Amino acid sequence: MTKTKIDDVFNKLKSTGDKAFISYIMAGDGGLDQLKDQIRTLEASGVDIVELGIPFSDPVADGPVIQQAAIRALEQNISLQNILDELKNIKDEITVPIVLMTYINPILNIGYAEFAKDAAESGVSGIILPDVPFEEEEEIKVHLSAHDIALIRLVTLTSDENRIKALSEGAEGFLYAVTIKGTTGGRKTFGEDTYSHLEKIKSIAEVPVCAGFGVSNVEMAEQLGGYSDGVIVGSKIVQLLHEGEADKIKDLIPEKSTTVK
Amino acid sequence: MVMSYEFPDNKGKYGGFGGKYVPETLMGALNELEAEYNKAIQDEEFLKALDDYLTDYVGRTTPLYYAEHLTGHIGGAKIYLKREDLNHTGAHKINNTVGQGLLAKRMGKTKIIAETGAGQHGVATATICANLGLECIIFMGKEDVRRQELNVFRMELLGAEVVSVDAGRGTLKDAVNATLRHWVANVDDTHYILGSVLGPHPFPQIVRDFQSVIGSETREQIKEKENRLPDTVIACIGGGSNAMGMFYPFIEDTEVELIGVEASGKGLDTDEYAASISKGRIGVLHGAKMHLLQDDNGQIEEAYSVSAGLDYPGIGPEHSHLHESGRVNYVSRTDQDALDAFTLLSKKEGIIPALESAHAVAEAIEVAKGKSTDEIVVICLSGRGDKDVSEVKRLFRGEDND
Repeated sequence: MTKTKIDDVFNKLKSTGDKAFISYIMAGDGGLDQLKDQIRTLEASGVDIVELGIPFSDPVADGPVIQQAAIRALEQNISLQNILDELKNIKDEITVPIVLMTYINPILNIGYAEFAKDAAESGVSGIILPDVPFEEEEEIKVHLSAHDIALIRLVTLTSDENRIKALSEGAEGFLYAVTIKGTTGGRKTFGEDTYSHLEKIKSIAEVPVCAGFGVSNVEMAEQLGGYSDGVIVGSKIVQLLHEGEADKIKDLIPEKSTTVK
Repeated sequence: MVMSYEFPDNKGKYGGFGGKYVPETLMGALNELEAEYNKAIQDEEFLKALDDYLTDYVGRTTPLYYAEHLTGHIGGAKIYLKREDLNHTGAHKINNTVGQGLLAKRMGKTKIIAETGAGQHGVATATICANLGLECIIFMGKEDVRRQELNVFRMELLGAEVVSVDAGRGTLKDAVNATLRHWVANVDDTHYILGSVLGPHPFPQIVRDFQSVIGSETREQIKEKENRLPDTVIACIGGGSNAMGMFYPFIEDTEVELIGVEASGKGLDTDEYAASISKGRIGVLHGAKMHLLQDDNGQIEEAYSVSAGLDYPGIGPEHSHLHESGRVNYVSRTDQDALDAFTLLSKKEGIIPALESAHAVAEAIEVAKGKSTDEIVVICLSGRGDKDVSEVKRLFRGEDND
């Protein structure tokens, strides 16, 4: 299992004209023994890619919901290594691509080379690093590339055209377009600049563009889908899982077409 | 012997340390800050304005005081104190906030945010914002808000809004997280006045440069008084801004021994300390790669020291580099060492030092003891101890720390 698993998802969706639905969950929130069931629930709900959050003590890119989920996971002493080990156990029973979203320090603590090898053996297809911009990625990217793991870059409302071009060039998996200036967590609406910015990114990007941060209902997901190749929902799903309402996750996912275009 | 020292490099690195480990949203602002800063420090008008503020508002030049009575009591090297405690607001912090305040104004930013632990940097930031007419929000952990009630009131009196941060354990590290999150959401019109030689590039450089007035003055003053450079220069280190400002102008003078003093709290053999170099490992937090207190899984640990200004789990990336290169010798002193030095300096010289600075005094006493009377030790007395008096009173009475 490698980064081609992500490409396969987008190629398949392209053939039907559908958009990807990517769900973030916090690994270990509710107990690491729940991870397999959580991922399988997401698969059954229609999720195309699972973004697995790694709990960190100082999550500067995250809003209150994900901060709390990280605290719950850390209270159970769950570590990046535990999560990789559990993924190794369950990888044959899940089919969606797994992308890890983690701050850099837990990886640095394991060591880049060892982590990359371990992540590949655990079936991880990609990594998102919210505190590692383009300028700092090289030190880890060489190790991820050696194991065919995609380093998924973030592009934001403050990335100007030159930066979008630079981020797009050599991008792997998909570009993660952050739709707001701020941390993760539900918003009621997006500003006009969000849509025009997505259009600009789409016009430049050579890989699929997925939009995330702040998406809290199916209407918003549909709207963003009109400007991107997929939508990422995090805090809302973390909250539903925590409150035992996993059955409502499917209501967040825009319906897919049944006919091949 | 002269060596050439040119850090940071063009990527904001100090050897293997530093960098810009921040969310993409902030990269534009950091690049803008770097460009504007580089222009400002070439601009005569900006430098003149800064100099005027430092002279007439902050009260510089601060004295380099020969501590004759302490020297006599110890019976070793001559001890000098660089009196940063005599600055407006009582510590070195204002050297940086004045500089960054003027820089923010130059960049057209109308809002200022800052983190604070004990409140010293928060007060220094609120002070310059009041003076320059900038809106000011200070983020402070809820534990610190409780412990430093008077500084909260001081900041509010100066017109700042103080936001109590509930996340995490409610201390300095959580306040930095909250400030970074606020900056991500308000980056267009807001400048973050970071208070130490920490965070993403260019902050460690900007703060060092604005603080290096300490070392530059000291260098001139000691040459005037003693006609030579000191043998040893000693400063305390939390994030490390007073130390970096003191050391930087001496870095190429390899004959001058530089000693950075971390807080070892209740002792390095306990689990309550703030000594990132002695007890930490290399990691990334708040935008920089540096020595960091962390657990086996790479989760950041809380730091502890009797002095609130030293309890940060990391250390400025340039200090990490200077440790690795061996140019600066990093040691640590306990709460008790600092309290003893606090009392001794008060009694011998009539100068009550900040508990932070008392760590440097404690180390200097030991260093001076081992030297001859014609040798010279300079201590950076980074702040005054008025803020610590009630805490020390509680400790002497054997009451609980909290």
